[in-house]
Amino acid sequence: MNVKTEPLAINMGPLHPSTHGVFRMLAVLDGEVIVDLEPVFGYLHRGIEKLAEEKTYKQVIPLTDRLDYVSSMSNNLVYVLAVEKLAGIEVPERAQHIRVIMAELQRIASHLMAIGTWANDLGTFFTPFMYMFREREKIIDLFEMVSGQRLLYNYLRFGGLSHDLPDEFLPAVRKLLKVMPGYLNEYEELLKENEIVLARSMGIGVLPEELAINASASGPVLRGSGVKWDIRKVDPYSLYQHFDFDIPTGITGDSYDRYRVRLEEIRQSLHIIDQATQDLPAGEVKSKVPLNLRPPRGEAYSHIEAPRGELGCYVVSDGSTNPYRFHIRAPSLINLTCLKDMVMGLKIADAIVTFGSIDICMAEVDR
Amino acid sequence: MRSFINYPPAPPDWPGGYWWHWLVFTLIIIAFVMTMALIFIWYERRLVGRFQSRLGPNRAGPFGFFQPVADAIKILTKEDIITSRGDRVIFWIAPIVGFVSVVMIFAVVPFWEGAVLVDLDAGLLFVLAMGVIPSIGIFMAGWASNNKYALIGAIREVALLISYEIPMGLALVGVILMANSLSLEGIVQAQEIPFFVLQPLGFFVFLVASLAEINRTPFDLIEADSEIVAGYNIEYSGAKFAVLYLTEYVEALAASVLLSTLFLGGWRGPILPPVIWFLIKVMAMFTLIVWIRSTLPRLRIDQMMSFNWKFLLPLALINLAVVTLVVFSSLPGWVAFISGSLVLIIYLALWSVIFRRGGKFVQT
Repeated sequence: MNVKTEPLAINMGPLHPSTHGVFRMLAVLDGEVIVDLEPVFGYLHRGIEKLAEEKTYKQVIPLTDRLDYVSSMSNNLVYVLAVEKLAGIEVPERAQHIRVIMAELQRIASHLMAIGTWANDLGTFFTPFMYMFREREKIIDLFEMVSGQRLLYNYLRFGGLSHDLPDEFLPAVRKLLKVMPGYLNEYEELLKENEIVLARSMGIGVLPEELAINASASGPVLRGSGVKWDIRKVDPYSLYQHFDFDIPTGITGDSYDRYRVRLEEIRQSLHIIDQATQDLPAGEVKSKVPLNLRPPRGEAYSHIEAPRGELGCYVVSDGSTNPYRFHIRAPSLINLTCLKDMVMGLKIADAIVTFGSIDICMAEVDR
Repeated sequence: MRSFINYPPAPPDWPGGYWWHWLVFTLIIIAFVMTMALIFIWYERRLVGRFQSRLGPNRAGPFGFFQPVADAIKILTKEDIITSRGDRVIFWIAPIVGFVSVVMIFAVVPFWEGAVLVDLDAGLLFVLAMGVIPSIGIFMAGWASNNKYALIGAIREVALLISYEIPMGLALVGVILMANSLSLEGIVQAQEIPFFVLQPLGFFVFLVASLAEINRTPFDLIEADSEIVAGYNIEYSGAKFAVLYLTEYVEALAASVLLSTLFLGGWRGPILPPVIWFLIKVMAMFTLIVWIRSTLPRLRIDQMMSFNWKFLLPLALINLAVVTLVVFSSLPGWVAFISGSLVLIIYLALWSVIFRRGGKFVQT
């Protein structure tokens, strides 16, 4: 009998439950095995970089919220740092501390979401997801306390913050710090040694160390491959040099290692928040900055360790009130370029798990 | 209680003879299946909600009890779309094939002593045969949809069918040996001690194979919504989707009913009336299934097949050997219990080693 077979080209996305937004994978399958995969993106392009050129420096801050909407605080921070570098603005120490607290809270919230959706991609019926959203909700409540917003915070300003912390903030953070380790253990009980999780994610979507570096991957994707690289350590900003924390790294660079790195980073973030809240200095939270900021001619690049990797911001000034050029180095986009190398030859279910473990935000990829 | 339903060895002296029995029981079974399916939908959503630290549906009626009814009204009033390039006839027949054959299973299930539509001598064979037909319905649905996701789902179903059906059948052979009967009534009568005590291995194998048969987590590859969106039913809408959805829950009901009939002693139990015991056991089994669903992730297809062939099949064979030994050498029941439990514990302890190796070997 002569059976004729042909590969099946399948369009996963842009409307697909586990493409985390509007991502499209043009996968060619031989049965269940992926023989070719082409990532297609750009469905969420809003031209943020171009829009920023038409706005004043201050008006761009809300735009950065919309880059990676699950970690708006980090986006605020990187842009604010770039403009402060450009205009030479000093930031009070209290504001720096609060920025660190915000960035780390944001990292926890973002990693919780990453792990939760990754568990969903593995096929759990929303249970870890709901558990993690329960805690993410508490962090979002904290952000709502300080900024009045639950998703797009618009909280940081040049030279500090828009306003000081409310009185009920610090007790709420302390409460969170107290309960969070218990919850983390709960997640680990559910996922860490679950046979099916191990079978589905160990050795799946391996990103070799060399390839990770050559593809300039960053964040948990890079650290999962065993590279000890964290902007908070190698090029400290916002007083990160004063805080004590570790950089967790993986060994093999598979999906499971990336998950472990994220969970460990949550613990480290809690440690940083603990230190930052304990010696929170008193004083101003905002230095004097002209309302209509006109930085001198020049350019500035700032980078921070956002939850998804190295988030960079490049601002060029021509001396007017709006940026001449505004560019974002989006970690999601650069990490996503490794996807094809990671999933070739795996099954379609593995591709979903690997994709989930990269943890991208399409709003940041497409900008 | 027993005189209420007059189960006839010969047709009774009612006008119409055996047909009365047939009519009454058919109505009872349809009412039972439909009501239980709706209760299951509600129960599962509430229970999963509790497992996930949320409330679940709580608006329609007390404790959201009428939520399935509201859903049914919504789903039946939706537009019924048929894919233009699909195979219309098969697309139409597929949900019916699955639903009818699953409901047929209940024809041989005793609700209490003598309360059974037909006490077939080959009842278990009938159950096995009817349990397979929904897979054909699923394959028809996936094939006729003319959708790539649906096709992948359908092909997965066929690939899985062969793997889980064999351990399942072997687990049932143990039951047959011990009960010395193929009729479900006879099996329940034989369970002075419930069979899940006497053959824990068989219970475990049958439970896992049932999960695969009813496409529940961790074996819900057919409609894996994070991979192939909704699998075989992706193109279905309106009343046809409602039937497919209902079929899934009726399958879950059938699995719970069979688990409680074959291994938990069916309607047997002290004090309470038999039918209450029956329902309690069915709900307990369904709770277990929902619990598994809300805890475990999904297996990959090759892992699922290696799991079934390399883990479940040897387990079923060991169970068969133990049961054969116990039955033919007339050993006391506790021997069966202890040996079965020991094997199960050792096997589960070795699970990770065996399983991961299995996953490694089946690479294409």
